[in-house]
Amino acid sequence: MSVAGLNFRHITKRYGPVVALDRFSLDVAPGEFMTFLGPSGSGKTTALNILAGFTSATEGDVLIGDRSVVDLPPEKRNVGMVFQSYSLFPHLTVFENVAFPLRLRGASADTIKQKVGSVLDMVKLADFGGRMPNELSGGQRQRVAFARAVVFDPPVLLMDEPLGALDLKLREQMQLEIKRFHAEIGCTIIFVTHDQGEALTLSDRVAVMRDGRIAQVGSPQDIYDRPESQYVAEFIGRTNLFQLRRGQGGTWDIPDLAAAVSGIAEANLSQAALSVRPEKIRPVPAGAQADQIAFDAKISDVVFQGDHVQYEAVAQGGKTLIFQDHRGPGSELLPKGLAVRLGFSASDAVPVERETA
Amino acid sequence: MSARSYLWLFLPALALLLLFILAPAADLLRASMFDPDFTTEHFARLVTRGVYIDVMLRTIRVSLIVAVCCTIIGYPIAYFINLQPRSRQTILLFLILIPMWMSILIRTFAWIVVLGRDGLLNEALAAVGLIDEPVRMLFTSGAVLAAMVQILLPIQILTCYAAMTEIDFDLIRAARVLGAKPRQALMRVFLPLSLDGTITGLVIVFMLSMGFFITPALLGGRQDTMIANLIEFQVQRLNWSFAAALGLVLLLLTIVMIVLLRGLGRMAARRILKAGL
Repeated sequence: MSVAGLNFRHITKRYGPVVALDRFSLDVAPGEFMTFLGPSGSGKTTALNILAGFTSATEGDVLIGDRSVVDLPPEKRNVGMVFQSYSLFPHLTVFENVAFPLRLRGASADTIKQKVGSVLDMVKLADFGGRMPNELSGGQRQRVAFARAVVFDPPVLLMDEPLGALDLKLREQMQLEIKRFHAEIGCTIIFVTHDQGEALTLSDRVAVMRDGRIAQVGSPQDIYDRPESQYVAEFIGRTNLFQLRRGQGGTWDIPDLAAAVSGIAEANLSQAALSVRPEKIRPVPAGAQADQIAFDAKISDVVFQGDHVQYEAVAQGGKTLIFQDHRGPGSELLPKGLAVRLGFSASDAVPVERETA
Repeated sequence: MSARSYLWLFLPALALLLLFILAPAADLLRASMFDPDFTTEHFARLVTRGVYIDVMLRTIRVSLIVAVCCTIIGYPIAYFINLQPRSRQTILLFLILIPMWMSILIRTFAWIVVLGRDGLLNEALAAVGLIDEPVRMLFTSGAVLAAMVQILLPIQILTCYAAMTEIDFDLIRAARVLGAKPRQALMRVFLPLSLDGTITGLVIVFMLSMGFFITPALLGGRQDTMIANLIEFQVQRLNWSFAAALGLVLLLLTIVMIVLLRGLGRMAARRILKAGL
């Protein structure tokens, strides 16, 4: 089976008066690793369920490889799926679990043996075929679920928060494995998660969801470095937001820092704010520098985290902000209460649409 | 604290068991074998007289039929209830439970009203013009079976339902998305996973049927006598020892059949499921 792209076309899903998905449109390229990222209730799972065929869309169309699938039952869509709770069949051995989709497709005993063998090999569970699911650890179950979902070479693989039940260390390890599997299999993957770290690590592109819509879609770097809204800036990683006020002659004032900035991309923003990541702010020597926005502040809290230190500081105007020091060679801890001059480069500051509460 | 330190929690149950089950059973054993001196006469009488063997076989047969009927009727009902939204499930379960509030005696009498010569069913059939003469329905094996199934059905429905609610719905979704049609998901995933509970229900219904007394006595004829009726008959005639022997045999038969049913039932069901795929 070849790899297929897929398209969501103006999908709307209503549950009575509640709109779970609102004119959701997205094109996913063949072989792409696309992540739906959002908090619960943002519509990411609804989109996945509509794609899998568990829920029908109120309006709109879904195409897998240029073919509309909205009228097909789940079993005809030929997509693989990994569930949050793995959903391994407890009454079947690991081998039979993985063989399940092949048996339903009428594969011969030889084909089944060969395919199940090779996919169990890939997930490093070659010797576990005879075990029952309840005899496996969480990570092993996860891998069996993955093997079962890809054994029939589906062009599209859906993963619904597949790492949610694992502890942190295992989760990081599984992320790398999923990346490896994806490279090996090459199928299109739709990955649903609320964990931004997971989304940044795994994806080719991330669709940040909010209230049934896509807030922003782009590569992990795009999403992190060029958020378009306060929502995205705050949902992915941590950030400092400074209110912007239009100044004179193309400059913007930052009242919080008693500073002005020019040269930031002139965006069509009604309620603008400036998003600056904590790692972009650092102590700077006194005196103005071109392209640098500098201000005086006092360090109010120091959180030591090993590979980096997170500082909380209060600017002169009273605005609290955070910045990080990633402890390069020669870096020293700044003491609490120290008055410092902080600064960031205008090119590291991203204007975003501010939330109007 | 280890689990062992909580063993004393079993004490009340143990006391009850000893006092009201094991001690009477031992006394039963004694009564059946000492009359007043040691004798095997009563057991010999049981196995040599064809009529008693007949009653035993009938008791097992009737119980099996009732258990199987309850399963065939009860499983789909439990399945249907399990598919309903939560609030409706509660209502349906409540409706299933209502008959269990009434004593078996009353429910058996109700069947007399329905099946009697001038009963509801005969009158209804006559009114529709299907029959001219009242059909004899009371005091037949059919009446006994119908009433027993009706009385025991809620137990099997509830047992099946309990087993079904344990099944994660995502497993059915997983089966579907992996390529199973609804019927295949049912046969390959849902049915196997509800099998243990269903067999447990079947065994419970069977067990209860084995001891049925009022229903065959009131709704059946001579040909429907079960072991419990025989015991009652012997007790009335003060044949305590023979009644005790019958009671022991009933106990043994029930235990043996439960073991057989659990083992064989599970094996057969597995085989049928496998062949049916």
